[in-house]
Amino acid sequence: MRLNVNGKDYDMDVPNADTPLLWVLRDYLGLVGTKFGCGIAQCGACTVHVDGNAMFSCSTPAAVVEGRSITTIEGLADEDGTLHPLQQAWIDHDVPQCGYCQAGQIMRAAVLLEENPNPTRDQVDAALSPNLCRCGTYNRIRTAVLAAAGGDIEA
Amino acid sequence: MKRKDQPTVAGAVTVTKIDRRTFLRVTGVAGGGLMLGVTVGCSPEESAKVRSADVAAEPIELNAYVQISADGIFIQSPNPEIGQGVDTALPMIVAEELDAAWSDVTVVQAETHPRFDRQMSGGSRSIPSRWLPLRQAGAAARHMLVAAAALQWEVDPAECETRDSMVIHAPSNRSLSYMELANSAAVQPLPELDGLKLKDRSEFRLLGKRVGGAKNHTLVTGGALFGIDHRMPDLLYATYVKCPAVGGRVKAANLEAVKALPGVVDAFVQDEIKPPPGGFLTVPLAAGVAIVAEDTWSAFRARRVLDVEWDEADAAKDSWSAARAQAQELSAGAGNEAVADKGDVEGAFDNADKTLKSFYEYAFVSHAQMEPQNSTAWMRDGKLEIWSPTQAPQFGADSVANLLDMDVADITVHALRSGGGFGRRAINDPMVEVAAIARRLNRPVKLTWTREDDMAHDYYRAGGFHSLEGALDGDGKLVGWRNHLISFTHDGTNPVIGGNIDANIDPGPFVPNLNLTQTLLPWQTPCGPWRAPRSNVVAFAHQCFLHELSHAAGRDHLEFMLELMGEPQWLEEGNSWSLHTGRAAGVIRLAAEKAGWGKTLPEGHALGLAFYFSHAGHIAEAAEVSVSDDRTVHVHRVTAAVDVGPIVNLSGAENQVQGSVIDGFSTMLGQQVTFENGRALETNFDTYPLLRIPRAPDVDVHFIQSDFPPTGLGEPALPPLAPAVGNAIFAATGERVRRMPIAKAGYS
Repeated sequence: MRLNVNGKDYDMDVPNADTPLLWVLRDYLGLVGTKFGCGIAQCGACTVHVDGNAMFSCSTPAAVVEGRSITTIEGLADEDGTLHPLQQAWIDHDVPQCGYCQAGQIMRAAVLLEENPNPTRDQVDAALSPNLCRCGTYNRIRTAVLAAAGGDIEA
Repeated sequence: MKRKDQPTVAGAVTVTKIDRRTFLRVTGVAGGGLMLGVTVGCSPEESAKVRSADVAAEPIELNAYVQISADGIFIQSPNPEIGQGVDTALPMIVAEELDAAWSDVTVVQAETHPRFDRQMSGGSRSIPSRWLPLRQAGAAARHMLVAAAALQWEVDPAECETRDSMVIHAPSNRSLSYMELANSAAVQPLPELDGLKLKDRSEFRLLGKRVGGAKNHTLVTGGALFGIDHRMPDLLYATYVKCPAVGGRVKAANLEAVKALPGVVDAFVQDEIKPPPGGFLTVPLAAGVAIVAEDTWSAFRARRVLDVEWDEADAAKDSWSAARAQAQELSAGAGNEAVADKGDVEGAFDNADKTLKSFYEYAFVSHAQMEPQNSTAWMRDGKLEIWSPTQAPQFGADSVANLLDMDVADITVHALRSGGGFGRRAINDPMVEVAAIARRLNRPVKLTWTREDDMAHDYYRAGGFHSLEGALDGDGKLVGWRNHLISFTHDGTNPVIGGNIDANIDPGPFVPNLNLTQTLLPWQTPCGPWRAPRSNVVAFAHQCFLHELSHAAGRDHLEFMLELMGEPQWLEEGNSWSLHTGRAAGVIRLAAEKAGWGKTLPEGHALGLAFYFSHAGHIAEAAEVSVSDDRTVHVHRVTAAVDVGPIVNLSGAENQVQGSVIDGFSTMLGQQVTFENGRALETNFDTYPLLRIPRAPDVDVHFIQSDFPPTGLGEPALPPLAPAVGNAIFAATGERVRRMPIAKAGYS
């Protein structure tokens, strides 16, 4: 199996052809920023970008995305370490509590800002509704997305 | 799995999972094992012993909590981080007394070690129990740095001051940084802790400020932090299949068919092991089938082929529908056990101007922490090393030692960050399971539960029922209170965790005539601590019923609540862990005022108010709610007033309150785990809904930073939310909700 993740090609042997992208990222590539939450596309902790679209990696077989461009949370910042405006906003507004869902939240928000650089509060809510947070950090997630959008967004 | 050594395509990286050199480099930094040193409060002999061990090792250790190198200041955070923010708040306490510049501080998650005392995150105890020792640790290190500087300058230490990681001698205009002083400070004598002068609150420079989470950068860039993220060379991956009804055993399983599946390394049956009686938070090892594979997915998918015949002779047969029907029948009378009695209850009800009776109920719920349960273990040479997202690593080691008949000294537990705890990870069943699996293997193994495993094998918040009666006199004063609690028991005698009441629970102390009884129904499926145990459900029943009573008396709810509290006093004199009526009245007034109590609200909106005291926190919340024709409940805004004493980290504290409010609404709205024939019927987020962002209310948080000692905030802001919303629904619609989740009462 050959995957392009965060701009690099990876080759690997995976015993099962139906292995979800999530488990290839975590168990083979060591990209553990993408999280396992539910396994049935209900919580969004596993959100990654495939050709710029937000996907539930827990429910996307890796074989289906061979040859496509995959971005994970580890590849969201610039190569020189400059954070994506959403990552910076997440730090500035101290969004995380446990932090487990936050990579998925950021990845989904990044697609929103790509498509709609100046979303309203309702548009943020609608775009992020696939992603759960048990700690209840939704107030700050909203604030951070709106702040990142209001800032200097290059995304 | 076949491993390749060379790239097969030019420019492509060939993946061989994780290489050993990288692993050692990473763990060598994070391990902390080289940083042995002086324990605050340990004996001189112990002190000498550990001090001599690694004097030359970097960074230089001033005490267990403070190490300094040329690069900066390392502060150990002793308690597990589960989302409550202690990995920032606890080091802040040290840094304050140390006078370290926060920008110089690197937080280190402490290894599990007796020198850090009891390393447990639970009961909102981290801040109050660590407050004094951590201040002393910071002050002790500061004292040694000052002594070192004074020695070098040949001046009186009393002439030196400290600020921003510097010792300053103003008379001679000299200064040295802590980083420059670390070596000489480390050989200064340890000061007497009791003799250290700690700062007055007015001298705080860091505490009370907004400080971002210590691990935020790692979290937003996807770095490995959580238990489930742990990786190491030669790691195997396991799943553990248990009987859907607790207590079932394996009669037969098609292990050979499973072992033949791609990626599967091994499959075996593990028998049940019961713990010796009496242990606190010790757990049995449930019987099951372990499937060990080359990756997580290979283990998970093998479950589809696995066919287990369960022996359910001793398995749970619990039925929620049967318990509910029984409770409704029992609610007509008193309980079969007396709990508390004071005054003349019969008389109070006989002479009452008005009496009221209501039946409240709430369902079993799951913890549903976002990171499914998991643990990694490696057994070699009779020693066991465990990496686990746990709230209680030391209890975990004890549990494993008990069940597997090992010496606890042969078990090392690394407490990694938890993707949510909420009480679930105070119980270490995944740790016990992975230990049992690891001893059958000669490689390290990570056990990961599926979400379905997690929700079907929880230590649940128990459901329960309250038959409440209240008596009002002619002035509308509450003069009598009866509560027949119908809860559950595992052992036939003791209530399950959170399934008890007593006379000290609000409004018990404020009612002259009180009678409490209980009936405990047998229940086998285990119950456990769930964010603010007991309070999270009792608050709903009591605070809603008090609102019913105030309404029946024709009185303003705010005024009724304040009257109940009476004069400012500790309910138990000298016990700062008890309710203080003045603090209670303070937050009730503030929440009402900030929410606009008594003012005109937008059309269709109404306010509901509730107060609850738990975990030493005094918290009132006012919910502004409207209910649409289809009975959808819109919580527009929640105003919280909080008195937990001085705030350590304003950003973290505010985050906890906002999160508790949202968690509280999420739980009351739609969450229920239903049991029939011992089986949980809701096992994933499709049937167990967590609140999604569009329904999340704005939350305004107001702190009353009283001068009492600071107390914890992981739990106490949750209980008042449900009654505040319930009371607001009544105010908006005239309809009283007496059931959680309210979805079961027709709301959405």
